[in-house]
Amino acid sequence: MISLAGRDILHHWTKYVFTGVGLGLLIGVTLSMAGIYRGMVDDAQVLLRSSAADIWVVQQETLGPYAEPSSVRDDAYRALRGMPGVADAANVTYLTMQIRQGERDVRVMAVGFEPGRSGEPPFLVAGRGVVRSHYEVVADLRTGFRLGERIRIRRQEYEVVGLTRRMVSSSSDPMVFLPLKDAQEAQFLKDNDAIVNERARTAANPGLNRPGVPGLLDALLASQTSSRSVNAVLVKVASGHDAERVAENIRRWKHLEAYTWRQMEDILVSKLIETSARQIATFLVILAIVSAAIVSFIIYTMTLGKVRELAVLKLIGTRNRTIAAMILQQSLGLGLIGFVIGKTVATLWAPYFPKYVLLLPDDAVRGLAATMVVCAIASLVAIRVALKVDPATAIGG
Amino acid sequence: MNRRVIRAVGLSVFGLMLLAGFVLLMVRSGPLAPVRVTTAVLERGAFENAVFGIGTVEAERAYAIGPTSPGRILAVHVDVGSEVRAGQLLAEMDPVELDARLAASRAASARAVHALESAGAQVRDAEVRQELAGRNARRYASLGERAFFSDAAVEAKRQEADSAGAQLQAVRAQFDAARMDLQRLDAERVAVERQRANVRLVAPVAGVVTARDAEPGTTLVAGQSVLRMVDPASVRVRTRIDQGRSGGVRAGQAASIVLRSRPGLTVPGKVSRVELNGDAVTEERIVQVVFDEPPKDFAFGELAEVTIATSRGADVLAVPGAAVHEHGGRRGVWTVSDGATAFVPVRTGEASLDGRTVVLEGLQAGDRIIVHSERELRAGERVAVVESLEGTRR
Repeated sequence: MISLAGRDILHHWTKYVFTGVGLGLLIGVTLSMAGIYRGMVDDAQVLLRSSAADIWVVQQETLGPYAEPSSVRDDAYRALRGMPGVADAANVTYLTMQIRQGERDVRVMAVGFEPGRSGEPPFLVAGRGVVRSHYEVVADLRTGFRLGERIRIRRQEYEVVGLTRRMVSSSSDPMVFLPLKDAQEAQFLKDNDAIVNERARTAANPGLNRPGVPGLLDALLASQTSSRSVNAVLVKVASGHDAERVAENIRRWKHLEAYTWRQMEDILVSKLIETSARQIATFLVILAIVSAAIVSFIIYTMTLGKVRELAVLKLIGTRNRTIAAMILQQSLGLGLIGFVIGKTVATLWAPYFPKYVLLLPDDAVRGLAATMVVCAIASLVAIRVALKVDPATAIGG
Repeated sequence: MNRRVIRAVGLSVFGLMLLAGFVLLMVRSGPLAPVRVTTAVLERGAFENAVFGIGTVEAERAYAIGPTSPGRILAVHVDVGSEVRAGQLLAEMDPVELDARLAASRAASARAVHALESAGAQVRDAEVRQELAGRNARRYASLGERAFFSDAAVEAKRQEADSAGAQLQAVRAQFDAARMDLQRLDAERVAVERQRANVRLVAPVAGVVTARDAEPGTTLVAGQSVLRMVDPASVRVRTRIDQGRSGGVRAGQAASIVLRSRPGLTVPGKVSRVELNGDAVTEERIVQVVFDEPPKDFAFGELAEVTIATSRGADVLAVPGAAVHEHGGRRGVWTVSDGATAFVPVRTGEASLDGRTVVLEGLQAGDRIIVHSERELRAGERVAVVESLEGTRR
């Protein structure tokens, strides 16, 4: 049995392959788009995974620390640690900021953490973790910082001692991990000018700068420059305790907001990136429709180009099923080539996207199935045309 | 015909190669690829630890110099940076009425001296009178016995003598009172003189003036400072060490100090005292570190980074700190066996400043462990060991 489809493809193989490549690029874009969406969701979840917490304790009535600003006194963790079901509680701060590196500004999320506690980077690709309680950072590879490089954050210089990977905020800013006390200073301590102005303002207040009460002004000025807040407390729940119960307990007795993993995931994924995710999803649907349309057009025009041959086939008595199978096979083949090329290019160009592109194997399988179905459906129009070809066309004009 | 077969075969081979490349690409990159890791073999060896803290340069002995009573400043004789001797006059307060009071006091004292002299003369006069009256009385008494004088005349003379004795007593008492008066007025004069001296502010010790808080003409309350000075011999770095790492710090340990003004220069020093009081709010321990030789120019209040050498061991098993992970609620390290990962729980000891962590239990020398990984590891995951991950694509 001669494969009609194979024969035909062999005859015009360049045209066929190039069409496949074109289709492949389109499928590559579609897969990348899906990857971008997956990447966004993953970016949001990376924050949760890297925190390694069961409960996030934040300021009352806020959605902090990722979706809203939150400020908690940094001794709150002591009270939390004494609560039933709490295995560990650690302070963390988050601050999105720009760090200057030579000529360029790097936008990063500075995470203040206590070494050895929740909130530290879970793995490193190079170097070591932060061991000094000051002036050392672990940076994400995407920041472009090198080991041993000295970077400046606000008023201090820090040494990059370790590098990690895929540690980003929900808006894809790479993270820089620094010791908690430094991060508190960076976040809450004002710059020198502001401090000087604030001092002058306080000194000008006759109620605060009283004659006859030596030391009052000094004490006030000293209290203004202390930074004793954090953005959240990460709580680990002891085994055998229900996180929701523990969170409820914290909400009730400590007058702080507590979110479990599930609630925080909900905030990050469905609230924070909802609009952008919907945007991407809309694009994805449009791209899928466009791809389907293009596949059907290609198959259709390819079939129209073979009207004479089809008429000859009909004339020599080829059955309709054989002709339909030929067009279907060619269509599916085109889809297969397109998919392989698409998947390949998507994999190759994914690392060069500014945002993280996560290509899941499941998505690839789903993409393959969708491509095949779309190709099959797209061939229907062409099959219908092919079956309607009048055998007389072979002889006539 | 032949050419067509060759072309078909060629195309098929090409297609198969492309497919093979595709499969290879899928397996080598993305989620299906093995996790690339770097490994290290454990060895026993020397282990030196140190703790790190930041502190401020301070003088242990600092003095605030100011008046003990309210007043206005008359003059300030020294400025910030002046080196002063012990006892040197630094500033003066306005004595206001003290000079007049001193003059009054002195005059009163002088007057009291004179009053004392006059009382002395009166005492002598009374003594003489009393003596004469006594003699007269005795004479009258003996002549009266022989009836030369009437009894009335004798009694009158005795009364005169008694009266002179009483007068002498009174004058002596006046003399004592005048002496007491003189003492009182002298004491008062000394007090005013002391007060006068007190408005002169002098240096308690030799040192350097660090602040000039008030200028001539300023009115101050008691206790406010006019000048501040420090004893430069007592310079030290008040260092704050994280409580979690401060356990091994002892007095006498060697320290290296880097002043913020000179980041490249390490100045040797040593721990002079570990304070008993820690900071409950910042959760830090206060450690005093002194310079072996104080640097020539520095600023009080300057930030300094202090590294204190704490412990050293000769035969210690240590792993890179990046290898220690928390997995399933336990601390441990990942090992590779047959290209797949396995988690080995370990008990860890102290962590050194170069990033190594002491392993007390769970591993042996010669074990190969995973140090860095491309992503978080799971048990049984396939890994590919590489030399370095630093060039990893993002």
